[in-house]
Amino acid sequence: MNKFLNAICAGAVAALCASSANAETLRLLTWGGYAPDEVIALFEKKYPDIDVEVTFSNNEEMVAKLRATGGAGFDLAQPSVSRIKAAQSEYGIYKPIDISKIDASVIEPVLMDSVKKYATIDGELYSFPHQWGTQGLIVDVSKAPDLKGWTDLCDPKYSGRVSMRLKRGVLLGMAFDMGMNPFDAYDDPAAYQAILDKLEAKLIDCKKNVKAYWTGGDMLSNLMLSGEVVASDAWDSTAFKLYSQNPNIRFVPTRTGALAWIDTFTLPAKGKADDAAYKWINFVNQPEIVTMISKSSGAISAVKGGKELMPDAAREAVNLAFDDAAIANLKVMPSVPAGLEDMEGKVLDRIKAASD
Amino acid sequence: MFDLQCDNLTKMFGAFCAVNDVSLEVPSGSFFSILGPSGCGKTTLMRMIAGFETPSGGDIRIKGQSVLSIGPNKRNVKMVFQHLALFPMMDVGENIAYGLRCRGDSKSEIKTRVAAVLDRIGLAGYEGKRISQLSGGQKQRVAIARCMVLEPDVLLLDEPLGALDLKLREHMKIELKQLQHQFNTTFLYITHDQSEALVMSDNVAVMNAGRFEQIGAPEDLYRAPSSAFVAGFVGDSNRWSGTVTALDRDQVKVGLDGGATLVAPLAGGSSGQGGGSSNTGRLSVGDTASVFVRPEALVVTPGLLPDAPDRNRLQGTIDSFLFNGANSRVLVRTSRGELIEVDHRLDGGLSRESVGQDVTLEWPHAGGICFKAED
Amino acid sequence: MLRTDTGRLSLILLFTPFALWILLLIVLPQIGIGYLSLQVKLAPRVYEFGLANYFEFLNEPIYWNTLLRTAWISVLVTVLALLVGFPVAYYIAKIARKRSRAALFLLCLIPLWVSDLVRAFGWILLLRETGVFSSLLQGAGLIGEPVELLYNDVTVVMGLVYTVVLFMIVPLVSTMDGMDNALIEAGYNLGGSRFTVLRRIVIPYAMPGIVAGCIIVFMLCAGSYLTPVLLGGKNSMWFTEQIYQQFITRYNWEAGATFGCVLLAFTSLAVWLGLKLTGQNLASTVAKD
Repeated sequence: MNKFLNAICAGAVAALCASSANAETLRLLTWGGYAPDEVIALFEKKYPDIDVEVTFSNNEEMVAKLRATGGAGFDLAQPSVSRIKAAQSEYGIYKPIDISKIDASVIEPVLMDSVKKYATIDGELYSFPHQWGTQGLIVDVSKAPDLKGWTDLCDPKYSGRVSMRLKRGVLLGMAFDMGMNPFDAYDDPAAYQAILDKLEAKLIDCKKNVKAYWTGGDMLSNLMLSGEVVASDAWDSTAFKLYSQNPNIRFVPTRTGALAWIDTFTLPAKGKADDAAYKWINFVNQPEIVTMISKSSGAISAVKGGKELMPDAAREAVNLAFDDAAIANLKVMPSVPAGLEDMEGKVLDRIKAASD
Repeated sequence: MFDLQCDNLTKMFGAFCAVNDVSLEVPSGSFFSILGPSGCGKTTLMRMIAGFETPSGGDIRIKGQSVLSIGPNKRNVKMVFQHLALFPMMDVGENIAYGLRCRGDSKSEIKTRVAAVLDRIGLAGYEGKRISQLSGGQKQRVAIARCMVLEPDVLLLDEPLGALDLKLREHMKIELKQLQHQFNTTFLYITHDQSEALVMSDNVAVMNAGRFEQIGAPEDLYRAPSSAFVAGFVGDSNRWSGTVTALDRDQVKVGLDGGATLVAPLAGGSSGQGGGSSNTGRLSVGDTASVFVRPEALVVTPGLLPDAPDRNRLQGTIDSFLFNGANSRVLVRTSRGELIEVDHRLDGGLSRESVGQDVTLEWPHAGGICFKAED
Repeated sequence: MLRTDTGRLSLILLFTPFALWILLLIVLPQIGIGYLSLQVKLAPRVYEFGLANYFEFLNEPIYWNTLLRTAWISVLVTVLALLVGFPVAYYIAKIARKRSRAALFLLCLIPLWVSDLVRAFGWILLLRETGVFSSLLQGAGLIGEPVELLYNDVTVVMGLVYTVVLFMIVPLVSTMDGMDNALIEAGYNLGGSRFTVLRRIVIPYAMPGIVAGCIIVFMLCAGSYLTPVLLGGKNSMWFTEQIYQQFITRYNWEAGATFGCVLLAFTSLAVWLGLKLTGQNLASTVAKD
């Protein structure tokens, strides 16, 4: 598309990265907590000729950054599996991954299959699983013991005492709890719009319950720890971290099942250090490294027995949240088809702009 | 009837006394100047009269009424500021109308009054002009008109000519005097320029270090200064210091360091016009005294003449010749090394070629004046 | 000859950084944004040239409501900043002694030493339900239970005024500093009351500073992001937030670019309107003397 703009951006990024040309550099674009300093130190000790540079980001910004440069500027990215297909077909920012260079035997087969299902384009696999987790509810069980599902957030008795993140997670969760299956409608924009319309009405109606829409993990943590809100939608990792500070704050997978996400390793289209990237992937799948990363990210590794490799407190919180039924009930979030972001975005805007 | 009276007015800034026990009375319709060097307290005095400063002591009366409790915007005393303070965002008409609008005059009345006053100052039809379009002299007149349209009891003028160039300043001196006649209003004029004060005023108060040294008509100040300060500040003077060697009625004999002796009348003796009490006090033999002689009292005679009993004589050489038309001067270096200014008379026989020539300075005993030296 | 050549060379050398800055960092990106806003997406990787993005903006009330809301709050903030800033500036320029003037000015600058983010969090700590004010009010017995002072428009306005008031004070001080005290005294001397002097002399004189300050403050508000997003309530949408969302979370660069152009055009229009209404022009306010 806009080659002119791309050229400018690529030039700027190239200029910024030119300084670190000497030794091989692995430029990692990942989530906060996914590449703790101690792990980088160990990696650089093992491979003295590789420098690791980390940029922390989130799904949307990862895609935006790579789109700005046409996939240059980074050697390894970690978007969720749901952000592979549409982004690749629209912007061509990734390149296929060579699974033969990775020890895939350590990975939990269920997760490997999910990634294969959602990140294979034209027969080529683009991603490799790294960590996974879920999106559900975070609840202070001492104040809202019977809050079990998404629609319970709209229960009048919690008026002004709940929070939400006004993003797709809350749309999907609400839809399931209202008896609809948004994933089935992913390929049918009209049907999806019908679902969105119902969600819009529901969430505008629900607004009076909301104290504030949270925009960052810190804001959510503060709201929960101060007791200003009693429940919110949340990532389980946030809940597991807060559990160690207040054991009443639990993660509730919800009666319709938590929404599962898998963060992947994906190679940007113009990455220049593929070998180093493969080395990094294999490195972080070692059991002791898995524990270090899980400790700092709060998420569960995709390796076999990832849950057992979590730090003790987090493992306790996970076990408290998920029984076998809850695990079986997980809803893995599929790829988001192109165009859906826009439809969802407008609904979210209307909800935000509406007065309660 | 006095338009403005100040009784024992004092202003202290902390421990500093800016105005010290000053009293003055300005008769209606007169042009009164306060003359003094910068820092003498004259601006503070004026600001007290305008109401911008509160006196530490004493009283100010306008038309007999004390105005101490009246705010600056309610006193019928208007002021022309040093840099005029015309409002740059208003045009000429609005500047003049400002005071009338504050007073609450009707629109039509304001219009006629503004037109009338502009006509009086010779700027008829200038209502719509921007201030920046006016010349220096026109601005001056607008600033005065802006005050006069309010028919004040007293108009205060704070060195308004200071910012003008010399030529215009000379012209404006005359014009101001005429304006004062025309409006027949009491003017209180502040300046450090003695020629402005002397030319325009009916009465001048010479101020120094917060006090009035002397109040009087310009010619009295010039002819009969009552203090060494006034003698030195008003007009040009040559000054000698020496020791009193003899006292004879009003005549003082002063021995100069080099041996010469000058005779001069003691200040306040012969002429009682001075008004201010002589602060030279009693002179006695052995005191240090100063003798002041105006340049026009001196006569230069070629050649070295001996001392004479009826006049003062000093010998010297012509140092330089300062031509300035009627105000030309000759500088004579005396044998003691002083430079003396002498009025050059065109018929005096001296010219540029005379420089270096030996001459004798002489003047009658009554041509000088003697003060007890201050410290 | 040599002299004019070196003169020209030094002129070029001095002008180049400025020209490059304008060209590379302002003009080129803006052209890029303008170009992008005219790209209409037909299908993945298929674009067409057209105005559809602008029609999309006009057809969606949420978007222009957000813009109007942003504009209205920005105007409100500008007015409040003027009301708060004017007395402060007057005090610094006309009443404070020369020596304390620099210190007062520095005091005004102190908030700028802390980043926007930290200042916003400062407000959050003070105003949240379990925050300092709420606790103090409870402690004083004025309120029975915790009160939420955060997450509403009042907080946004307050936070913005606090952030931008300095940019109002600086031009006001510099304009009023140049004002001869004699103008004010003349105003009183000719019979003006305090109010008359303020209205007819001080304000007209300070007008270029007022307009310059208002332009800066309005632009800063309309373009601010952190403060409205962090302090804003659940109903508060800010236009820059909308732009961010289009660019980042929707991957809709075309719409984001369109919004950016609309914001630029809108604020320019507002500034032009402001100058017209106050009878000022850019030369008299920004490039005064």
